[in-house]
Amino acid sequence: MTATNLLPRNRRPADGPSPGSARTKRRRRPGLMLTLGLTGLGLLVVLAVVAPWIWGDRAEELGPSVHLGSSGEHWLGTDALGRDIFARTMVATRLTLELSALATLIASTVGITLGTLIWVSGPRIRAVGLRVIDVMISYPAVILALAIAAILDPGPKACVIAIGAAGSPSFARLTANLAASVAGRDFVGSARLLGVGPLRLMRRHILPNIAEPLLVLLSVSYAHTLMALSGLSFLGLGVQLPDYDWGQLLAGGLQSLYTNPVEAVGPAVAIVLAGLSASFVGDGLAAAANRSRRADAPAKATKPAEANAAAAVGTAPAVPDDAVLVVDDLRVLRKDGTALVDGVSFHIGAAEIVGVVGESGSGKSLTAMAAARLLPGGLHATARTAELRHPDSAALDLVAPGAENAETRRRLAVEIGIVYQDPSASFNPALKLGGQLTETLRVHLKASRREAREQAIEQLDFVRLTDPASRLRQYPHELSGGMRQRAMIAAALLTRPRLIIADEPTTALDVTVQAEVLRLLRAANERDGTAMLFISHDIAVVGDLCDRVLVMYAGRLVEELTAEDVREGRARHPYTQALLAATPRLDTAAAAPAESAGGPEASAGEPASAEPVRTLAAIPGRPPQPDERPPGCAFAPRCPQVLAACHDTPPPVHSPAPGLSVLCHLEQAGARTGETGTDKPLEAAR
Amino acid sequence: MTPVLQIHGVDVSFGHGPRRKDVLHGIDLALPRGRTLGLVGESGSGKSTLAKVVVGLVRASSGQVSLDGTDVTRLRSRADLFALRRRVQLVPQDPYASLNPRMTVGETIAEAIDPRRGGAARHRAAVAERLAQVALGADAADRYPHEFSGGQRQRIAIARALAVEPDLVIADEVTSALDCSVQAEVLNLLAALRRDLGLTMLFISHDLAVVRHVSDDVAVMHHGRIVESGTAQAVFDTPREAYTQLLLASVPGRRRDAA
Repeated sequence: MTATNLLPRNRRPADGPSPGSARTKRRRRPGLMLTLGLTGLGLLVVLAVVAPWIWGDRAEELGPSVHLGSSGEHWLGTDALGRDIFARTMVATRLTLELSALATLIASTVGITLGTLIWVSGPRIRAVGLRVIDVMISYPAVILALAIAAILDPGPKACVIAIGAAGSPSFARLTANLAASVAGRDFVGSARLLGVGPLRLMRRHILPNIAEPLLVLLSVSYAHTLMALSGLSFLGLGVQLPDYDWGQLLAGGLQSLYTNPVEAVGPAVAIVLAGLSASFVGDGLAAAANRSRRADAPAKATKPAEANAAAAVGTAPAVPDDAVLVVDDLRVLRKDGTALVDGVSFHIGAAEIVGVVGESGSGKSLTAMAAARLLPGGLHATARTAELRHPDSAALDLVAPGAENAETRRRLAVEIGIVYQDPSASFNPALKLGGQLTETLRVHLKASRREAREQAIEQLDFVRLTDPASRLRQYPHELSGGMRQRAMIAAALLTRPRLIIADEPTTALDVTVQAEVLRLLRAANERDGTAMLFISHDIAVVGDLCDRVLVMYAGRLVEELTAEDVREGRARHPYTQALLAATPRLDTAAAAPAESAGGPEASAGEPASAEPVRTLAAIPGRPPQPDERPPGCAFAPRCPQVLAACHDTPPPVHSPAPGLSVLCHLEQAGARTGETGTDKPLEAAR
Repeated sequence: MTPVLQIHGVDVSFGHGPRRKDVLHGIDLALPRGRTLGLVGESGSGKSTLAKVVVGLVRASSGQVSLDGTDVTRLRSRADLFALRRRVQLVPQDPYASLNPRMTVGETIAEAIDPRRGGAARHRAAVAERLAQVALGADAADRYPHEFSGGQRQRIAIARALAVEPDLVIADEVTSALDCSVQAEVLNLLAALRRDLGLTMLFISHDLAVVRHVSDDVAVMHHGRIVESGTAQAVFDTPREAYTQLLLASVPGRRRDAA
């Protein structure tokens, strides 16, 4: 399970890291490979420019001693005409690099143009063109180049054209395939609807979005080209005397390999180094592109969790004896110490359904996953207390590090049932339902095959799947989304767990199916007395199903209130009030004040529908990033009722009854002026 | 007055022979100028297919789709289709996918104003005007989409659609990818645009509360048919069809006594 799976489908964290931080991140860690590669290539280019001036004369100078070994005067010895090999290797840099660059340029230009044309043309030509490219790619580039070079006269020009032509199909294929994937995205569709022509579409919308992979291919292809060109020169098809490149020097060195091995070393090392540098640049670019796409990479080390510890002091509320789950000061931390969930305390009583509501990035799913010990990699949880209590045995610690023994795993599997958001991803599509449903029973409760089967059928019947016995022989894809989610609930209920954690179980479902799933969860709660932790972004759903509701904002708990209060709109915290006021409701049109009319002018002359439209209360601004949470109340910058104290001082916990609390400075102010103070903002918000 | 959009007896089916699947059956709809029609239905009910028929991405197998009295299902030439596309604009669902990440907001909107030669510098004033329409400052034109929140991006997508000055805007699940507070921002903007510009809009959503909030009229779709339509008030307060009643009863957040 990855972090993205924890977020509702179609929802992303409200904002990725801000552009500034993303840029500094990339600048800070350019990657060792990229640095090495760029340094290498840079040195080679400098060498290519200056070498003919420095060593040019010496490289042409005929010497008296031929095939000389390595010496102080001739570092790499001399060739058959007594010329200095070292000088010749250095001078050859320019021609080699030039020819490779030219061939790569031909390959990329021809390839990208070809790929673009194939993509731009109609679907039939596209299909044929892609197959042709596939065939071209299946021929080894060097063989193709050999054939071309043989047809043309041997020489550098033929080689460059040949290698360029041979390298172009891979560019064409990459361009066409990437373009096809980008073309499926909405912004390309929108541009088409606007009437943007295909070539402009390619130039403005598609090429810029596929530039990164093409760049990677470009540098990798440079390395290949260098090898291929050197190879052709080595075979005598490439650069012809009196010109020389590394491949040709190597060929000369090979003739006297037995008598003077050092002669071949210079050009060989040069070819390897240049090829490696270009490959390093390619790999480094690819790694950098991957990294910049990974949104959750830690931006910077921030204040350690201890700095915020004070905020939660004194938040240990009275916990009833029959509580199933008790969590006190839970933090979910990234490796760099940034708290994504920042000091959350709550409990779930026996047979109680507790909802957690919040917007994306509020930490609600992470809180739930921490309670199930299912945090994605790279995150860890700490807490003063986080335990699953059991009347007959010791409490199960949910955050203790290194407690992953068999017994803990068994208890986690048996005592906590989990319902995920996406029913299409929560079952293994390759296995039949029967095996997946009965696995926990058979592994952890040592049930026999028949017992497990019978219990599975009973639960499937309970979630009202028709013909439960034959469902066990079906694959997940044979069930509809709603049926799969009901099967998921059946699976969660199978072990008669003490607690069910449901993470946005209805978000991907239609409204009628959602109503059914909510009814089922309620029925399971009434039948078995199973406590539930129910996560949702929809405050209306939570208000319908739950007994008590926790409201989270920016990784912190801001209010605990009864579902009754949610349904009636009696919230005390300004954020909860704003959330309620921002939610459109079916039944508000009747209750809405008549003066907040919105549509009459628009529908002038159509008297039938002059219905008052309530203006929804949007919340200006956006939630803070986890590493930019203010020292005081996280909601303060957006709060309509903000006080001076809110920005710097963590809000105190006001707990009118066990299981109810508000973390807000207004509560203190309100307490001084009497209870009416807390009702006023509510009126304002409605 | 002819309605901006008139759909008459539209059928759509995909595939041939035994694999033929009928998606829309005899759809009749009329959308008068200046009004918003909410199209509700569950997934698979055919509401997005209907939207694609209207913008010309899916061809109806029979029936007529008229824009201002012109039957667009008969259009074949490129020029006619181009003109049609400019008269109907679609605001897509996901604001994270609908804006080109490598183009500034100004370039994106300028392209909508002139798809062939549009440039941010050339249309600077017009772009600023469009941005102001969706309550964004002119400085937004020089920035890239990733610098904006989801709600702001959706507003930019709306500005892009309006830049064409279309006769009809189709909003396809425009708020379903957004958080609640951000959704409110977009819904309020749509309400203001309806009031100020007299926008004609086909608003597609699975969320009945949202549809009620923005629509004058409502059509309920089920299995490719329109099962009930009428003014929002009539459909929501006194639903006649059993399916509409079921749909309304399933909406969470109604008072317990009402549910």
